[in-house]
Order: sequence, then structure tokens, then C-alpha cells
Amino acid sequence: MRLTTKLLAASAIVSASAANAVELEVMHWWTSGGEAAAVNEFAKAVNERTDHTWVDGAIAGGGDTARPVMVSRIIGGDPPAAFQFNHGRQAEELIEAGLLLDLTDVAEEQGWADIVNPSTLLDACTIDGRVYCAPVNIHSWQWMWLSNAAYEDNGLEVPQNWTEFTESASALEEAGVTPLAVGGQAWQQNGMFGVMAIALAGQEDWLAVNRDKNAEVARGENYARVFQAFADARDLSDGIDVQDWNQATNAVITGQAGAQIMGDWAQGEFAVAEMTAGEDYSCLPGLGEVAVLDTGGDAFYFPVTGDPEIEAAQKEMAALLLSPEVQVAFNSKKGSLPIRGDVDLETVNECTQKGLDLLAAGNTLPSGNELLTPDTITQANDLMTEFWNTPSMTAEDAQERYAQIIEDAE
Amino acid sequence: MAIADEAGNAPAAQAGTEARRPVRILKNLQSKMALIPMMFTALVVFLGGTIWTVVYSFTDSGLLPRLEWAGLEQYDRLWGTRKWLVSIENLAIYGVCSVVGTLVIGFVLAALLDRKIRGENAFRTIFLYPFALSFIVTGLIWQWLLNPELGFQQVVRGMGWESFTFDPLNNPDLVMFGLLIAGLWQGTGLIMCIMLAGLRGIDEDIWKAARVDGIGTVKTYIRVIIPMMRPVFVTSLVLIASGIVKLYDLVVAMTSGGPGIASEVPAKYVMQAMFGGQNLGQGFAASTMMLVMVVIILVPWAYLEFGGRKRG
Amino acid sequence: MANVGTLASTMAAEEPVRDRLDGPSGPRPKKVFSRTNIIVYGTLFVVAVYYALPLYVMLVTSLKGMPEIRVGNIFAPPIEATFQPWIKAWSEACTGINCDGLSRGFWNSVTILIPSVIISIAVASVNGYALSMWKFKGSEVFFTILMIGAFIPYQVMLYPIVILLREAGLYGSLTGLVLVHVAFGMPINTLLFRNYFAAIPEELFKAARVDGAGFWGIFVRIIMPMSLPIFVVALIIQVTGIWNDFLFGVVYVRPENYPMTVQLNNIVNSVQGVKEYNVNMAATLLTGLVPLVVYFFSGKLFVRGIAAGAVKG
Repeated sequence: MRLTTKLLAASAIVSASAANAVELEVMHWWTSGGEAAAVNEFAKAVNERTDHTWVDGAIAGGGDTARPVMVSRIIGGDPPAAFQFNHGRQAEELIEAGLLLDLTDVAEEQGWADIVNPSTLLDACTIDGRVYCAPVNIHSWQWMWLSNAAYEDNGLEVPQNWTEFTESASALEEAGVTPLAVGGQAWQQNGMFGVMAIALAGQEDWLAVNRDKNAEVARGENYARVFQAFADARDLSDGIDVQDWNQATNAVITGQAGAQIMGDWAQGEFAVAEMTAGEDYSCLPGLGEVAVLDTGGDAFYFPVTGDPEIEAAQKEMAALLLSPEVQVAFNSKKGSLPIRGDVDLETVNECTQKGLDLLAAGNTLPSGNELLTPDTITQANDLMTEFWNTPSMTAEDAQERYAQIIEDAE
Repeated sequence: MAIADEAGNAPAAQAGTEARRPVRILKNLQSKMALIPMMFTALVVFLGGTIWTVVYSFTDSGLLPRLEWAGLEQYDRLWGTRKWLVSIENLAIYGVCSVVGTLVIGFVLAALLDRKIRGENAFRTIFLYPFALSFIVTGLIWQWLLNPELGFQQVVRGMGWESFTFDPLNNPDLVMFGLLIAGLWQGTGLIMCIMLAGLRGIDEDIWKAARVDGIGTVKTYIRVIIPMMRPVFVTSLVLIASGIVKLYDLVVAMTSGGPGIASEVPAKYVMQAMFGGQNLGQGFAASTMMLVMVVIILVPWAYLEFGGRKRG
Repeated sequence: MANVGTLASTMAAEEPVRDRLDGPSGPRPKKVFSRTNIIVYGTLFVVAVYYALPLYVMLVTSLKGMPEIRVGNIFAPPIEATFQPWIKAWSEACTGINCDGLSRGFWNSVTILIPSVIISIAVASVNGYALSMWKFKGSEVFFTILMIGAFIPYQVMLYPIVILLREAGLYGSLTGLVLVHVAFGMPINTLLFRNYFAAIPEELFKAARVDGAGFWGIFVRIIMPMSLPIFVVALIIQVTGIWNDFLFGVVYVRPENYPMTVQLNNIVNSVQGVKEYNVNMAATLLTGLVPLVVYFFSGKLFVRGIAAGAVKG
């Protein structure tokens, strides 16, 4: 709490020293109901606690839709004051080209190095020792969501890990329930592969492949097990053919499917369907095999404008986004986890608590976005979706092609 | 004086101008001035933009366009990527079916509407409305309609035909035809309108003459009306073909290229490389190859269309 | 017994033949029920059902509550119809912090639409006219370049156009966006007009020349009035294309001028958030209303025989 007041005082001083009110145009892709409510917390903070005004530039569709707009604005010489990317390597080139504002002094003044947990989030914003972005939340892919009803109604125990899940799968199928719901889009299949790789090959191998780009590990035995498990899982999803991730989540909600491997945003769908964590649905971080979360999420970047007034306002905003109250208010609405360990969320259910515990214990891994370039991720998406949907493709073939992609990765 | 003279009497003076070279630029002056916006657009926007794209396809541009040469690297990678090869094959299948389907359905609907029927306005609006609705959401509707649990298959089974199977979007061999069902639904309305405008431009006396000669209705369409509508068919063909080459929204909305990579198309490859993979160079290389294919098809056609025949 | 059977079948076989033979003298069915009419209306009706089915599903979905959608049959009419999704889509849906739904961008879209449509049709029709009736050496080279331009995916041209607009000082302005719409509408519409005008009888043009009419005189007084249907087609193409454009609108103007499609995209296209299908459907239908109204009313201009009449006159 003392820290909180100190920070409040700090941001109050910054805002008092800002001579002029500036309109801050902020581009982001948070547009669904819960997301909009969350971003509104940011806007409120900027409007109420500084002299500046938040001008909203929301563009839905994720990075693929928003990126060309942001890049166009920058090339066209009319950049927004701030924009959202996934933290990681997506903005690398903009930083190298000197187009983004150096936030190192804000980070030092606010002591980001001490408060940001896990510290890899700040590393993802740092290039050559300089900080270029403000991380605001943590989303993790590392979850499996299970329908309690699908298991219990058929006289089965809800599985506690991947092994139990695969063992009970045939019993579920006999009862007419599809064990695993998987959406048709490539990113969902590749994301699922990542989760399985961490759970079944282990953290060390996963880091060797994704961080160190060690193709030999990708060709190794542990990864072979992952590819085999992925190949076996193909048969478990027969019977549910949907595209969007939330259609797959809906199959779990209605009990048509036993489980789905999807990031923590899937909890929003359970909440809207008025289901209670622990009673109606269960969640297994790390597939119940390893106690670890990958920590992806979003960060704000601030383009260089050459206008000192705007620059001061941008820095003020960056500091504000990481302040404790704003972190709590934003992440409670967004359903994500705060990037600092010293704050408490307003309402926490069983699943969110599991996530918070893992964060507090330091059981975290960087996200794929932080380690791999978007180009490599796209190639992996293509491979995994082909593998998932081509029954004749063997695990060995897929593994070799995957190792090739890792070999070529930067 | 000379200017006004030349401009005013262009068609008449045509025969004599070959000898009078110095003033040739002034010939058809008003026409040339009227076409300045077009020439500007053609040269600066389309030709300029194309050259820019081709030049940058030889670089390793990522998120930002930058001139760091990479030689043929992007093309090497392009032709070594399975997704690209599948995309081209899919486009060929979809393209042929779509051209034939759209032209036939569009023309038949237009001909039916042209039979002096009641409620033409209502029918025309119904056929045309799919063109007005954004595909982000209509794609979802088609996903539902073609989904075995929710859509047609369920309805037909509900009527008692239990073994009926219709699940094109999840079958790699049929998925392009699943897309075609929705594509025709969206695209035929406009072609019907163009055909209808063409039919309305045809002299009624031709019908009378055909009737006097005792030629049947269908025969008149095939022997007389369709040949007269050649320019309309050419317009429609270009419109359909350009839509096919740019095919993207439909695929993203309905299958996002799946199952697996079975319904990938070139335009989606380009977009995915440019904005998803942040690899502009790869996207530009792919779009350059698309353009080369278009030119190979279009230039001989342009030669036939413009070579020889002259009027004015 | 066998004989009777044979007889009966013979008679049955003969009946249609006699019918056909006696046809002209016998009592004819009313014209409305003629075989041709049944085929014409029958085909149109069946096709119309196919075309209207997705619209029906959208409509009923937009009138349902989310719990009903989550469990229900897509063809079933709503058990409890609610207009709440429509109200939400129009005036309440939040996109980012602005919670005023589609209404926010409506006037922006109109402001973009009107000048873009008028200018692009004016330019394209003059192009088509000049290219079909006042050809000059080289005119077709430009036309061919333009045709190839019709095949370039818009997204590829995004950054070069940004650079062009920046150099012209128009980046971020409405004027810039209108010019982009005019440029990208030009290939197809020029082709449309050119090929339509090419079918106009040459005698007409010659007669006008003899009467002393010039380039603009012929266009305004003779060509335009006889080409209403093709102007309608161009109107349909341009209104639809520009009204539904998302990419150019979001890239080439600033947020205060964003067209309605940006809000539509924001309502229907969120990646990680919860999806409200009923609001999505309502928003799509609402956005489609403007082109639909244009389709319906412009239909009156689809008139026959102006060209034919003019030839004789």
C-alpha cells in the first residue's frame, strides 16, 4: 500500500508538470463487450488523472487487421500517440528504425524493473538496454477447459491431467461426446501444439527450440512424443466442426465436447453462460502435467512524434498504465492477469486463482510471441493446421518439417 | 484556329492526318483532355504502384518497406512453399467453376426477369442483396448453413432421409465447392444486373423479326441476342475474373483456408505474408507472381480486342 | 381382360396427342397459367428462396436473445422476439470507449459516399465515352494498364498509396480518401461504360456530328440519356463498394472521420472477446440498408427501349 501512494504521488507530480493538455489518440483492438469495458478503465484514468484527453481508435480483428493501419499511419507521417501490440517481436523493426519513443527514463523513475512480474515481460520491451513499451496485462495459452457435466453425466471422473484425459477419451466417445473441441483456424491448432509441447516435452526442450532455435532438439525424442500425441489427438476431435474458438468453447459449455485447449480468454464465454469455475467447468493449467504458465499479453508502444508536449504526455500515460489501481481496474474487466505481483484483483474465481498462484510462484515462461518472429509463427501455423487436418501425414514428416522451420528461424 | 478545327472535326479529319504529323497531338484534343484523370491514374497509381511492388519484392522488407536487396530469395521461398502451390491450384478450380457458374446463372436470371414479369423489382432486389452485405457476417451464416449439425444436412435428415450427408466445408476435396456455393450466392446478382442492362439495350424489333422468322425463344437468345451482347459478356468476364483473383474475404470468413490448407487462395497468401507474418517482401513476391499470371492471360486478350477493329 | 387393358393404355397414350392436335381450336387455359409462365415464375421463385434463405437466418438470429442462439436451431423463429440487438447495434454497442454503436459513423459514411460515387461515375463514364467513340493513338495502352490494375489486390497497393498521398499532402484527409475511391473504382467502371457505349449504333453518332454537336454535346444530350441502365449498374457497384469499404476508410482518414464499416468491423470482428451473434447480425443488416434502398429504388431506371427508340428517331 505504501508503494501505491508513492506511485500515485509520482504520477501526480508528472501530471502537474505537464504544461499543456494534449489529445492522445490510442489505437487498439479491444472491442468486444468485456474488452471495451476494460479499455474504458484506461481512458478514464487518462481523462481523470491527467490533463490530457484519450481519443479512441479501436480497430477490431487483432494484429492482422490493425497492423497495416498502424504502419500506414506511421509511414504517412501522422502516427497515433500510442498503439497496442502483443509484446514481443512484432515491433522490433519499428524500434530499429527509430520510430518508437524510448521510455527508459519512465521505466527507471517508476522502478518497472522491480515491479513487473515476470521480468520477461519487461525484457520483451527492451532492446539494447532501452525500454520501448509498457506491458499492461498477461494472457496465457496454457489452459485446458473441461466440461464437468460431460464427464459426470457419463459416470466418469473429470480428468486431472492429459494422461487421464486421453485414457477416458474412448469412454466419452462411446457416450456420444467428442473428447476434444478444436476450432478450424490455424492459430488455434498451432497454439494447442505449443501447449502440448510445454506439457509433454518439458520446459527445457521447449525453450531450446523456441528461444535458442535448436533444431536438433526439435528433431529429438521428446518432441517426437509431442508430435505423436498431437497426431493421436486428431481423432479425438471428430464430430465437432467449427471455425471460431468460441464456437468450440460453446461445445464444451453445452457438454457436446469434453474439453478444449485454449487461452484464458475462453473464461469469458463460461462467464457469459453463467457457469461457475470448479462446479460447472474445470481448468487445468499446463494440461495438469506441468505447473507453468506462458506469459503473453499486450503492451503499448508510443511512436516518436517530434513534439515535446506530446512526448511528455505519452510518458505520463505510460506510467499511468502500470499504476496499481489502473492495473486492477483494467485486468478485472479484461479477464487477464495484472503484470505486477503487488496488487489484488477485485473478484477472483478458482481458475484465475490458479493462474495467480503460478505467477506468484514464478512458474512462468515467455510466450511464443516474445521468442519467435511473426514470420516463423505464420509458417508454424501453416504446418500445424496441415498436420492436424491431413490424416495421412505422419508425425515424423511433420516433425522434420517443423525442425526445418526452426532451423530457418531468426 | 487550328486547335478548334482539329478537335472539332476529328473523325472527319482522321484520313488526312497521317500526313500532318506536327499537329497530331492536337487531334482529338478534347478527348485527350477528358482522359487526363484516367491517364494519370493508370500511370501513377496502377503502373507506379505495380513497379513499386515489383521492386520491393526483391528485398527482405518485413514490417516496413525498405530497400535491402535479397535477390530472388523471396521467389525461391515462395515456390518452395506448399501453401502457395495449393493456393494456385484452388484458384484454378474455383476460377473455372465461378466464371461458368456466374455467367450462366447471371444470364438466365436476367433473361427471366426480362420476360416482362410481375414483381421484377422485388426479384431483382432479392438476387442483388447478398452483394450489399459484408462478408464477415454472411460468411458466418454460410458456415452455419453448411454445418452438418445446424444447416441443410440437419434439415434434410429431419425430413426423414437419415443417411443424407452434406458437409462440404470439412472435406478437403469439396471445400472449394462449398465456397463456390456462397460465392455464387454473393456474386451472381451483380452480373445479372449487368446482363439485364445489356438486354434492355437491345432493340425490340429484333424480337419481332425473330418471331416473324419463326425462331424459338431459346434459339433467339443463343443465335441472336448473346452474340449481340458480346461487350456485356466481356465486361462481366473481367468483373468476375478480377473478383476471383482478389478472392479473400469469403475464404477468411468461411474456412480461414481450412480444413488444414485445403482452401487457401493466393490473395490470402499475400495478405497473410504481409500483415500476419510481417514479411512484406514475401507478400510482394507472391502478388508479383499473381500479376504475371494476369498479364499472361490479359495481354493476348487485349491484343485481340484492340488489334485491327477501329471505329470513331 | 387383356384387351380392355390394352385399350385403356392406348387411349391414355393417345390423349395427349389428340390434345396437341386439337390444341389451337380447343379452349385454351388462361394466359397467366401458360407453361412458359409456370417455368419462368417457378424458376425465379425457387432461386429467390435460395437467395433469401441466409437473409432469413440473419433476421431471425438478430431477433433472438443470446441463450436461445446458443442452444437453438438456426431456422427456428425466435421464441421471444426482441429488438434489443438492433437497438444495441445502432446506438449502444461499444467499440473501444465509444458506446454509440453504428450511429457514430453513419454521417461520416454518407459524407464519404456521396462525393466518391458522383465523381467516380462522372470520370468513368467520360472515360468510357472517350475510349469508345473518340479513340486516339495510345488511348488503349492506358486502358490496358487500367484493366491490369483491376486485378491487383487492394491490400498490395496500401503502402504505395500512403506514400503518394503523403507527398501530395492529402494523407489523412477526406479528399485523399475520395480520390482513392475514384482511382480504384476506375478500371471496372470505365470498362463497363466503354463496352456499353461501344454497342450504341454508329449512325447515331455520325448524325449528331453532322448536326454539329461536339465532344461534350454528344455525351450530354445523346449518349447519357440513352444509357440509363448502365449508369444504374455503375451506381450499384460504386455505392456498394464504397459504402462497404473498410480498408481504405480505416487507413486513409483519421479516426474522427472513420466510416460506419469501422464500427461494424469492431462489433463483429473481435478476436478474443465474447461474440454476440444477434448484435452482429443486426449490425450487418443495418449497414446493408443503404445499398439495399439504392437497389430497390434505382430499379425504376432499368427501362427498356430508350436506345432502340432513339435509333429510329
